[in-house]
Amino acid sequence: MSASKELKVPAIKEGTVIDHIPSRVTFKVMRILALNEFEHVVSVVINLKSKTGNKKGIIKVGSRVLTPEEVDKIAILAPHATINIIENYEVTKKTKVELPEEFHNIVKCSNPKCITNSEQVSTLFHVVKKDPLQVICNHCERVMEQSDIKLI
Amino acid sequence: MGDPFKFSRRIACITTKHLNTYKFIIFLMETQNFKGKDVISIRDFSKKELLYILSVAEKIEKNPNSGLLKDKIVSLLFYEPSTRTRLSFDSSAKRLGGKTIGFARGEVTSMKKGETLWDTIKMVEQYSDVIVMRHNIEGAARLAAESASIPVINAGDGANQHPTQTMLDLYTIKKEKGKLDNLNVGFLGDLKYGRTVHSLAIALSHFNTKMFFISPKALKIPKHYLDELKQKNIEFIEEEDIFKVSKELDVLYVTRIQKERFPDAVEYEKYKNAYKLDKSLLDHSKKDLIIMHPLPRVGEINPELDETPNAVYFKQAGNGIPIRQALLSLVLGKIK
Repeated sequence: MSASKELKVPAIKEGTVIDHIPSRVTFKVMRILALNEFEHVVSVVINLKSKTGNKKGIIKVGSRVLTPEEVDKIAILAPHATINIIENYEVTKKTKVELPEEFHNIVKCSNPKCITNSEQVSTLFHVVKKDPLQVICNHCERVMEQSDIKLI
Repeated sequence: MGDPFKFSRRIACITTKHLNTYKFIIFLMETQNFKGKDVISIRDFSKKELLYILSVAEKIEKNPNSGLLKDKIVSLLFYEPSTRTRLSFDSSAKRLGGKTIGFARGEVTSMKKGETLWDTIKMVEQYSDVIVMRHNIEGAARLAAESASIPVINAGDGANQHPTQTMLDLYTIKKEKGKLDNLNVGFLGDLKYGRTVHSLAIALSHFNTKMFFISPKALKIPKHYLDELKQKNIEFIEEEDIFKVSKELDVLYVTRIQKERFPDAVEYEKYKNAYKLDKSLLDHSKKDLIIMHPLPRVGEINPELDETPNAVYFKQAGNGIPIRQALLSLVLGKIK
């Protein structure tokens, strides 16, 4: 990380840095992780220029490792995000988020007539296409595009 | 219920080293292991499985066995109105010596008292050997299958799936045309909301067919179905005017503009009379064109066509019997 970025986003000693989030979904990712209720350090920057020329966001979360379910949720919103594990100010592990083949109880079906919206049932979605993302509801078979996807 | 079929296929992969033996075992499983299987969506069936079901229906139609379902009880849970599907399941079970219980209207059930579908199914599975269910909520059949330990057959879940209709449609085409490959199949009417069209298009994509989607612009088949056909290299055309393509067709599958699926009445009024077929169609068609319709019709086919050899929609409704007999016998393990 360059010195100028260091000033914008202070380094954390332990925790997780989520990078390459499209700027427009950065706050959504924060909501997924319920960072407004989090008691440790959280730094957020948006509208940084990425190498591809798009605007990106970075979230640094102190003293926290994300759960696989949280990473799956991030993958839906930001399929090109990277997750960096920080230990003693150093990146000890860097991984790209990866879309799973199935989403278990993460996505809400956009079809108001789907049984998952009228009975207490866990949802299950199968990924039809990864780029652009397209998923199909296991119950009502509604095919949803990225823009239709709402997280539970 | 779970899919024992998938599990046994995996076991076969592990234990069978010799390719030919493997292929043979797969063939046996795909054609013979229907016992306990749910019939929820046409997407759950391979080409081989579909062809096997059609062949069983053909055998049953030729040699009806009146005692095949003796001592079996079929639950007919119809939360939504139905004429053909409910009566033909009832008739299919009884003609094979089975008994039926159930209801034809959701209002008479404990659903009115707030009972969940999950709980209703947990009761019903103790009263019968197989559940046939129609429900107005999409995905209800899949949920019922997850709840039940006995097989569930989907008789229609809202605008989603109606697999036994699709199977009888395939059976009709095969019976009338003698084949399912190398056919030009036209779909006419409400292609946006029509579940029978969506399912039949998916089922026919296993075969070498060319599809013609004929509808008003506002009722076009959803794009994701066309994407699926493209992926499978199925040739298709979208058109508004039936007469521009009618000469090419071997099969014309007509559908009703469904009032109940429209979000508002004004939209429905705009399109309800979009197509009205009469004998003049036959002047612009192949001589052996067959005209199908899942019924009920509300004016899109003039009754003057009924007496022509091209009209097969009533025969098509009758084909529900051998198909449903085949499915009941297969999932109950009475035919292997």
